[in-house]
Amino acid sequence: MGTGKMNFMLVGVGGQGTLLASDILADLGVRLGFDAKKAEIHGMAQRGGSVTSFVRWDKEVFSPIIAKGEVDILLAFESLEALRYLEQLKPGGTLLVNNQEIEPITVKAGDEVYPTSAEFSKAFENTAGKVFHVDGVQLAEKAGNAKTANVAILGALSALLDTPSETWLEVIEAHVPPKAVEVNRKAFLLGREQIEMGGNIFK
Amino acid sequence: MKRLLSGNEAIAYGAWEAGVEVASAYPGTPSTEILEHFARFPGVYAEWAPNEKVALDVAIGAAYAGRRALATMKHVGLNVAADALFYAAMTGAEAGLVIVSADDPSMHSSQNEQDNRQFARFARIPCLEPSDSQEAKDLTVMAFDISEQFDTPVMLRTTTRICHTSTLTEVGTRREQAVRIEKYPRNAKKYVMVPANARKRHPVIEQRILDLADFGERFEANRIEMRSKELGIITTGVSYQYAREVFPDASILKLGMVYPLPGKLIRSFAKNVDKLIVLEELDPFIEEQVRCMGVPLFDPEQRDELAPNTKLIFPMTGELDPAIVRQSAIRAKLIEVPDEKKTQGRIELGMALPGRPPVLCPGCPHRSSLYVLHKMGVPINGDIGCYTLGVTPPLNAIDTCGCMGASIGVAHGAAVAGDKERHFAVLGDSTFFHTGMPALLNVAYNQSNVITIIMDNRITGMTGHQENPGTGRTLQQKETVTIEFEPLVKALGISKVLTVEAYDVELIEKTLKNWVKEDGPAVLITRHGCALLPEERKKWMPLTVIKEKCNGCTICFRIGCPAILKSETMDAKYNRPLAEIDPLMCTGCEICARVCPRDAIPTREQMLAMEV
Repeated sequence: MGTGKMNFMLVGVGGQGTLLASDILADLGVRLGFDAKKAEIHGMAQRGGSVTSFVRWDKEVFSPIIAKGEVDILLAFESLEALRYLEQLKPGGTLLVNNQEIEPITVKAGDEVYPTSAEFSKAFENTAGKVFHVDGVQLAEKAGNAKTANVAILGALSALLDTPSETWLEVIEAHVPPKAVEVNRKAFLLGREQIEMGGNIFK
Repeated sequence: MKRLLSGNEAIAYGAWEAGVEVASAYPGTPSTEILEHFARFPGVYAEWAPNEKVALDVAIGAAYAGRRALATMKHVGLNVAADALFYAAMTGAEAGLVIVSADDPSMHSSQNEQDNRQFARFARIPCLEPSDSQEAKDLTVMAFDISEQFDTPVMLRTTTRICHTSTLTEVGTRREQAVRIEKYPRNAKKYVMVPANARKRHPVIEQRILDLADFGERFEANRIEMRSKELGIITTGVSYQYAREVFPDASILKLGMVYPLPGKLIRSFAKNVDKLIVLEELDPFIEEQVRCMGVPLFDPEQRDELAPNTKLIFPMTGELDPAIVRQSAIRAKLIEVPDEKKTQGRIELGMALPGRPPVLCPGCPHRSSLYVLHKMGVPINGDIGCYTLGVTPPLNAIDTCGCMGASIGVAHGAAVAGDKERHFAVLGDSTFFHTGMPALLNVAYNQSNVITIIMDNRITGMTGHQENPGTGRTLQQKETVTIEFEPLVKALGISKVLTVEAYDVELIEKTLKNWVKEDGPAVLITRHGCALLPEERKKWMPLTVIKEKCNGCTICFRIGCPAILKSETMDAKYNRPLAEIDPLMCTGCEICARVCPRDAIPTREQMLAMEV
């Protein structure tokens, strides 16, 4: 996939670091010479609710919101949230999903049921286009800090886009505290490696 | 150099560039970050006021004193500040005065969806509306110039989508105020709105709005972009972006000033296009005024008569987006369904998914009293803040929630109406300071039976941890007095007051059960810092369930803590799932340990003893 006009949607659960990832992705677009816009919703979503943001790159970006069915890459930090926003993908679009399951309170309370892995696989496969998996949390732990899972997921994304690691790492460095640069660099490269190796290195 | 700034950051930069010296606000999504950013500029004064009305009075006061001043708030904040807005519209000021109203179409975090452009028209003040962060910055600077040129407060109206979207923005440098008055004005005819003076001012502000309309004809932010003459779109705010995306060939009259409207510009644009439509979110604010001007708008249904408050093409409720705009345009036969959309189809999931509603966090100090109140089965008049989330199952602990500070008045109303149940009002520390205080004064003065619970978590929580009069720190991180609730409540005339540790669920239950047996108003203050505060995070310590003691009685599930799970293990006798605690989420607040009838969850102290 080249790095032309791109519509990214990032989805996850409050606390997973989707907003920092969106910031990095939007800044990367600017670094690559695009106009870029990043839209997100704050507020009640921070209390364990589902969190979404849009990042768009183009010569000139108008709407900050991406219309349903026009997302090129859906970057899902959590499996259920991947399903929830799958319909936002354009036909043939790419799903990159982090292998992490966070049960919402409705499931914990026993009122609703979390989808099974068979349901996940079926739904992901039925969505035309490509599906990639990344083990963000495990990779981040391997890098030295579980909180860098969001950057590991960006590393995986970087393998799908035609952009050198160095450019990504420069942008990431500008967004994390100096003492966290090294661990984020490791997490990024591990995420990239998992996709480049084309497999699931933990299974 | 251009860089990505959110609309809120851009407004802060604009205020800085315009030479603003004083800014006051009460936090409210989506406006909060404006003051948080502005407060960091050198040499400026920025504060959190207890409510929006006070904030606006402060900004007006600074502008009377000849300093450029800013007040920011969410849309409903302007309802609170409306009294101040209307007198400021009458008086004008000695220096620029700008009010930012951040509206929330789709109510991402609000109780209603009002369109505050109506307030500008209501108060006869100009209203500017940006379409991206660059314009948010530019229009903020221009707003101060317009304010001084026409001696009027100016409203900058934004929406959630502008506030929380980052777009490339070029910022400028600080322009210190050119002219400053030497002495505070003694000008009763202008600043003392007794009827005799006010009557003379009213014609002045009516003439002012006509002058502003004339100014709008040449205002640089009102501009025509001529493309095809087949379709002309009058638009503003974020809707401009949707217009560009959905109708790439259409001509556009983009309004940076949405009140008053430039009549001549609109008429000349209308003459140059075949079909004219208005694209705006929420109310038909521009649309109705354009129709009133006698300018014909394209009506796909060619109606002879229109019901009041009608929009011809686009929805009146909710945020717009390119998909909604496109669908409305297809229905109105303005555009056709693109061929590739006809054939490609869409991705459809075809399965129901569990919801992921926002919940009270693990360790939330509000949980204990909400749990007790639910258990007591009493009517609970709630308020605006994190504790509103107590409405969700299993707590089901909020029966009403309207606006900031409403809890106590609404409970008092039921009490004086003779409702036979005992009413409880619940609200947080910041909300009590905001508008709860006068309502509690009323309870004391008129002696109703209302029991009020002030959930004092030492911070303004829902909007993301802003300081308030109870925190001992200001927005600009200066040490200050800490307002204590107990003496304050006593001074308001309530003699029965008790402060308890918020996690002490037994004491809360005992106290409230005793109080309902007694007559007269009472206030319980449940005090513990928000579990997400840095100093509280340091104390986190996950608890655990002793499987041998748990019999799956479900009582701990009823506190609605996201850290308590139903485990896979079933109780041998009752065949019920045993409880389990998620060690990554548990903060060790002990509410579950305190409600457990079988002592299956050890307290922190017991946990430490067990480790030894």
